[in-house]
Amino acid sequence: MSTTKTQLQPESWSYTDTLDKAPSFAIISQTLADLADEGHPVVVGTADLKYSNGLFRFEERHPDKFFQFGISEQNMISAAAGMASTGLKPHVATFASFMALLACEQIRTDIAYTMMPVRLIGTHTGIAFGFYGTSHHATEDLAIMRSIADLNVVAPADGPQFAAALRAVVDLEEPIYFRIGRGRDPEVYGSNATFELGKAIVHEAGTDITLIATGSMVYPTLEAAKALRAEGLSVGVIDMHTIKPLDAEAILRAAANTKLIMTVEEHNVLGGLGGAVAEVLSENGTPVPLHRHGIKDTFVIVGPPTHLYAHYGLDIDGIAAEAKSFIAKFTK
Amino acid sequence: MSPSVDTAVTPEEIELIREKALFVREETVRLISIAKVGHYASAFSCAEIFAALYYSVLNLKRGEPNWPDRDRFLMGKGHAAVGYFPLLADWGFFPKELLDGYTRVGNPLGDHPDMKNVPGADFSSGSLGHNLSVGLGMALAGRVLGKDYNTYVLLGDGEQQEGQVWEAAISAAHHKANRLIAIVDRNGYSLDGAVDDVMGIEPLAEKWRTFGWETHEVDGHDIPALLGLLKRVANDSERQTPVCIIAHTVKGKGIGFMEKEIGWHLGWLADEDEKAVMAELRANR
Ligand SMILES: Cc1ncc(C[n+]2csc(CCOP(=O)(O)OP(=O)(O)O)c2C)c(N)n1
Ligand SMILES: [Mg+2]
Repeated sequence: MSTTKTQLQPESWSYTDTLDKAPSFAIISQTLADLADEGHPVVVGTADLKYSNGLFRFEERHPDKFFQFGISEQNMISAAAGMASTGLKPHVATFASFMALLACEQIRTDIAYTMMPVRLIGTHTGIAFGFYGTSHHATEDLAIMRSIADLNVVAPADGPQFAAALRAVVDLEEPIYFRIGRGRDPEVYGSNATFELGKAIVHEAGTDITLIATGSMVYPTLEAAKALRAEGLSVGVIDMHTIKPLDAEAILRAAANTKLIMTVEEHNVLGGLGGAVAEVLSENGTPVPLHRHGIKDTFVIVGPPTHLYAHYGLDIDGIAAEAKSFIAKFTK
Repeated sequence: MSPSVDTAVTPEEIELIREKALFVREETVRLISIAKVGHYASAFSCAEIFAALYYSVLNLKRGEPNWPDRDRFLMGKGHAAVGYFPLLADWGFFPKELLDGYTRVGNPLGDHPDMKNVPGADFSSGSLGHNLSVGLGMALAGRVLGKDYNTYVLLGDGEQQEGQVWEAAISAAHHKANRLIAIVDRNGYSLDGAVDDVMGIEPLAEKWRTFGWETHEVDGHDIPALLGLLKRVANDSERQTPVCIIAHTVKGKGIGFMEKEIGWHLGWLADEDEKAVMAELRANR
């Protein structure tokens, strides 16, 4: 049967006639395979999800450097630690819920404490899984990963930025948790993507409010900022792609010139980007009010992804509306 | 086995199970057309297992999903829930109309069972590997509470790769959880391909036996054989060990192209294909 639908279904975010479920991740496999060609000791592991995360493309180019672990995430992560102990740079991927939550202790004890240079790639993060439900949502991973000492935490905004990051850190002898979306995310940077670990990207400064977003929320936040500017507001936007080490300077610089700060993350408002920014602001005695926008400490309902973003105010309109009510609260 | 228990399988029962297995497949197609993506092939391989359990084996009370003495059924392979939600509605555990809003915002029915929101779902799942341990807990609790129920846990064959499954296997044998019955849907495939290519699990029956489980193998689409086995296992009061039934099945069973192409673990049929699929299901019935 060949007449099945071929395009992305906006409602379900599904591609139906293809095994390749994550076209915008193509660049990731390509980058990893290029790095391997260039002599970097890159190896790749997946846990029965090579089509979901697109890493089958790496397998095509380097079958000898690709390891299929089946549905055994904890096993894969400890095995990555073992490989890293010999000098290899393992890049292992699974859904963020099974990476950061299911295998959390392996990550802490076998990878972070031991300082193994493993790249942990948690895909389909936040609520991107829509009606797959709580088992597949990951709204706690930033908080969990951030509280593990010596673990870097990075949430790229799109495939190209992620690829730039993988290349930028290829020689870093430290572990990194990467949190990415579902491989259908709109591009923010495209071929111009650059990445410096721990250095936020300031898209624009603004005096009324500064929006600090991370990962999948960078795109809708940039769009929401446009809408707010059209209403006469001065709006700054910062892409805080590195949650740890956090770019405190960028936050404080913004705080010195803006009336309000709002963080935007596809994550619980507790402990993630919002929590991290709150720590910086309060410990430095900044008087700027902060609003943390995200999932408000609740388990997420089921629904098509696009509908859920609207439901939780994490789409363009929702972010703009949240910013406006925050501004209203502090403007007499 | 106590001689008083009737474990015979009648032609009427076989006909009923056949009818209900078709119902599972048709409803799976209908509900996925609402969600616009879903696990057709995963639900099709266990349609006879669902039907046999819900219409001949499980001790349930219509309209009373929380009846404390009921048999428990857990979906280790929670991603096939689309195929059993219609059965829960058929048992009057929740209004059938809820099915029409499958996966829509505000509806309790998503891709996986959710005990908090779906009456009749005995537990939640979605992360593979957890539910055999949960089932073990229910089986042990039944002993403490002096209750006379069985706990059934449906597992995927890919799910066998999760370490927790084997932790549960060791503990259940150790605790002689004789009312715990695992059913492995041995459909041969997981997401990335054939289970034996992805990460081999054979010799599977030998593994379960070595772990101390009474282990059976059956054709999971052969209704008389499957039902006969399930009934014997359900009513065996002499047994001192947990039971594992390895049900040999076909992923995508009932639809020719789904049986052949691995991509149908997850997919969506266009409208014209949906009609053809419905016709094929009825023809293959
Ligand atoms: C812990 C965990 N890892 C990965 C997944 C993603 N996943 C969902 S279904 C599936 C394949 C399951 O294969 P199998 O157990 O054989 O089920 P079936 O063939 O019956 O669909 C995978 C890897 C998951 N749900 N849970
Ligand atoms: Mg299978």
